[in-house]
Amino acid sequence: MRNGVATLAAFTIVLLLSSCSGGDDRETVLVMAASSLTDAFIEIETAFEAANPEIDVQLNLAGSASLLEQIVQGAPADVFASANASTMQAVVDAGAANTSTPFAGNTLQIAVPLGNPANVSDIADLADSDLLVGLCGEQVPCGQFARQALDQAGVVASIDTNEGDVRALVTKLEAGELDAGIVYATDVIASPEIEGIALPANIDVAITYPIAVLTDSPNPDLARTFFDFVLSAPGQALLADAGLIAP
Amino acid sequence: MSGRRIRQRAPWQLVALGSIGAAVFILPLVGLITRTPWSRLGELVASDVVVDALKLSLLTSVLAAFISLLLGVPLAWVLARVNFPGRHIVRAIVTLPMVLPPVVGGAALLFALGRRGVIGEPINDATGFLLPFSVWGVVVANVFVAMPFLVVTVEGALRNLDGRHEAAAATLGASRLTVFRRITLPMISPSLRAGLVLAWARALGEFGATVTFAGNLQGRTQTLPLAVFVALEQDRDTAVAISLVLVAVSLAVLLLLRDRWWSHGSTS
Repeated sequence: MRNGVATLAAFTIVLLLSSCSGGDDRETVLVMAASSLTDAFIEIETAFEAANPEIDVQLNLAGSASLLEQIVQGAPADVFASANASTMQAVVDAGAANTSTPFAGNTLQIAVPLGNPANVSDIADLADSDLLVGLCGEQVPCGQFARQALDQAGVVASIDTNEGDVRALVTKLEAGELDAGIVYATDVIASPEIEGIALPANIDVAITYPIAVLTDSPNPDLARTFFDFVLSAPGQALLADAGLIAP
Repeated sequence: MSGRRIRQRAPWQLVALGSIGAAVFILPLVGLITRTPWSRLGELVASDVVVDALKLSLLTSVLAAFISLLLGVPLAWVLARVNFPGRHIVRAIVTLPMVLPPVVGGAALLFALGRRGVIGEPINDATGFLLPFSVWGVVVANVFVAMPFLVVTVEGALRNLDGRHEAAAATLGASRLTVFRRITLPMISPSLRAGLVLAWARALGEFGATVTFAGNLQGRTQTLPLAVFVALEQDRDTAVAISLVLVAVSLAVLLLLRDRWWSHGSTS
């Protein structure tokens, strides 16, 4: 017993020391990005670090609402990329950013598991109570956009679950546990295990992603460099590869 | 042990460290209380979302605690008393949910019991019964995370039990099941109650496995912790109010049961 405790203590100390001394002397820029930007921003991170080897990009990917909470509570972040204008507006209203710039847009699709086992063909099918239908919760942008689309289509969806973010929804669709959901076009491109069905052409949900340098950024110069890169031609090309459209 | 306590000043080192230890739990509670919107509390707590979540939470956590009791006590007995190969492996697997991130547990449940799961698919094909996105899914997720607390507590008690009473009953002709029912269970009843309460409390606070396995729908699968999570991203006052309901319910039950169940025999 005594030996066990001593070993555990020694092990902990070694772990603590090794995690402090790092050995990486690059400067870091902490980027808070909406979870729907996951794949696009991982590509951007790689390209940005290749172009700026002295800078280490750290991505904090979560639902926009969680990120808003973290930023307002004083997380030491440099850049914020939101999945909707209203979350960004809340950050600006809280004084955490001065202005923001739209840098990309997205569209919605109905997503079904590969092979479409429930034969979903149209947004009206989401009203079928025999199908297992998932949406994002209305507290996150993908849930708000999905509800806008359903309202415009005049469909009252028979919802079985409101997922906390779009990744959680995609995971359940990939696993075949849900028959249909409404996700971003980028999610359908990113996942080989789901397929997308376009919404009717008359449904128009404007999805714009704004980005901002945060006022309390510990490294405003690095933050600006990252911000500029996202808006640059190479940055925009990477976003287009991920399925995002021009803002 | 009680009544023989020697009046002596407690060593200050223990008191100092113990106070810091207590502060770890008290400070967040104070934080929660300072953020509580007292004037709107009644209105927030009486909202449909909170009432639905409270009912569902009480129902599922109590069900989960009793299922844990029904299955966990025999499991603990087997682990404590039956010598079979691989026993320590089974014991390790049983306690796994205590260390596994609940979200991972929920995903694992989905792979096993979901519509495309190893067991879930044949069951669904044969009966049309589906656990995910249902109240029973919440109960299963709760049992998965809560039962280990009961098993560990009860197994510990069974191992420490003085076997002479059971042996005496057996020599007097009692069957093994009678011995278990009439001698073993009463002797370990304090641990049994403690394990039951621990399992219930764990089930009440369960979030990750539930949201992953059972989803989140008000009135069907949205328990109090899920409602807090959703509200936290929408309206912090509601989130704080729900948290306070959760704290009040669990504190009330834990304090009440402690007085009724845990005081006799222990030093308090």
